[in-house]
Amino acid sequence: MADHDMLDNDEPLLVATSLSKSFGRIAACRDVSFALYPGEVLAIVGESGSGKSTLLQMLSGQLAPSAGHVSYRMRDGVTRDLTTLGEAERRFLFRTDWGFVHQDPAQGLRMAVSAGANVGERLMAVGWNHYGRIRDTASDWLARVEIDVARIDDAPRTYSGGMRQRLQIARNLVTEPRLVFMDEPTGGLDVSVQARLLDLLRSLVAELHLAVIIVTHDLAVARLLSHRVMVMKGGRVIETGLTDQVLDDPREPYTQLLVSSILPP
Amino acid sequence: MNAPAYNFAYLDEQTKRMIRRAILKAIAIPGYQVPFASREMPMPYGWGTGGVQVTAAILGPQDVLKVIDQGSDDTTNAISIRKFFAKTAGVATTTATDEATVIQTRHRIPETALNENQVLVYQVPIPEPLRFLEPRETETRRMHALAEYGLMHVKLYEDIARFGHIATAYAYPVKVNARYVMDPSPTPKFDNPKMDNCPALQLFGAGREKRIYAIPPYTKVVSLDFEDHPFEPYRFNAPCALCGAENSYLDEIVTDDKGGRMFVCSDTDYCEGRQAAGHHGSLSAAPYKEKAREASNG
Repeated sequence: MADHDMLDNDEPLLVATSLSKSFGRIAACRDVSFALYPGEVLAIVGESGSGKSTLLQMLSGQLAPSAGHVSYRMRDGVTRDLTTLGEAERRFLFRTDWGFVHQDPAQGLRMAVSAGANVGERLMAVGWNHYGRIRDTASDWLARVEIDVARIDDAPRTYSGGMRQRLQIARNLVTEPRLVFMDEPTGGLDVSVQARLLDLLRSLVAELHLAVIIVTHDLAVARLLSHRVMVMKGGRVIETGLTDQVLDDPREPYTQLLVSSILPP
Repeated sequence: MNAPAYNFAYLDEQTKRMIRRAILKAIAIPGYQVPFASREMPMPYGWGTGGVQVTAAILGPQDVLKVIDQGSDDTTNAISIRKFFAKTAGVATTTATDEATVIQTRHRIPETALNENQVLVYQVPIPEPLRFLEPRETETRRMHALAEYGLMHVKLYEDIARFGHIATAYAYPVKVNARYVMDPSPTPKFDNPKMDNCPALQLFGAGREKRIYAIPPYTKVVSLDFEDHPFEPYRFNAPCALCGAENSYLDEIVTDDKGGRMFVCSDTDYCEGRQAAGHHGSLSAAPYKEKAREASNG
């Protein structure tokens, strides 16, 4: 990835400063700050209702924070505050430099159009106008996510759950984004399919030098994929650190509870 | 008690002003769908309520009206609308394309080239070209506003993936004035090139969907395509069986239950004009009948 090397990797890609969001009297997210560097995988863990998804939506510019801001270093090297981006710029960012993998693939895919068109949509959205090249790129990506290329013309509604999730990943990665948001990407899949998907994600992330913010309640996913972990409870970040440090030597009582609730292998 | 039962051209003047304002805005922003307060008309939705309202708003006493339905001047829909305006506006009507000043059409553009003194009014069932791919109106409006038209190519991609070529044969999406993607109403894609740089004003009215849009005269209209699958107008590979025309849009007419069929011009005025000028196709019966009668007389 030539253009990744050109940028200075010592500067953070995304910086969140004192992010808060309240819905009426309910504070869903309180005073969250962190920096994410290029190629870094950050897992946000915590039980449901802890503010993980709210935080993810604020980070990806889909929800305006009540206080604080998010800044992002664009491809041209200029750091911009996401709230000052116009809607057109934000949507452009979303379909080029960012990816968003939903828990439910039906939310991230067009279920009625073929797999090839699903992968090709982002390319067509940025002006690709050559059918042969779009199709070649799409089949290339299907192969990379281990989907049989012979099924390129089938609609994802004929795919299994695991295939749908892999297709969603291909659709997001086709424009070579630098940052991918993932919301419980392995939720609802059986264990062997989960393992295969995690394996695939791990190799893609390393190969493409992706920065990833992954929201999960599954500590095994965090352990396998992430470099750093943020533990959330009641809208606050209660513990943060290197993944093995947090998971092997948890400091906060809540984190200890979370870690001890996993069955030993 | 001699007050007329209707205002000139059926609609009241306030309604016409409202529609004219929408039309002016549509002309100012080529290809943009302008919402308007569509009225109920004395005909069902789907029969041209949008086109009729546009026609009513622009019609003047000196205008000559032509109405076509699938190219034909003599189908129920065309005759009814022509009679409607003959009755409510008292305007002259015609079937000849070159005599008309206002032409209301359903699904065709006349073969005879239009001129600067003419207005073509289309009846539009579904004005939103992105509708079948994106069902949310809020989302399609945003996509138009931001000129995000990747989705339109997804549809063309699907066509090629499934059929090997762009199989969309009508309502083929166009880009107007290098900005808005527009549904040209269900005209065959054969007619798409006629919209480009057309000297006549083209107005589109969708009654049920309450939208008006326009292509001003001499505006660039480009049919969407891929570099390696360029836009191609489609036409049956046959001459018209009645007038022998090689370059007009043809209807296929099934003539028996043994596979017999004939191809005839869809534009009846064009076909009749050519026959009157002495052109004949393989199945035009008239000359033989005339000859037979002459023989028996003699």
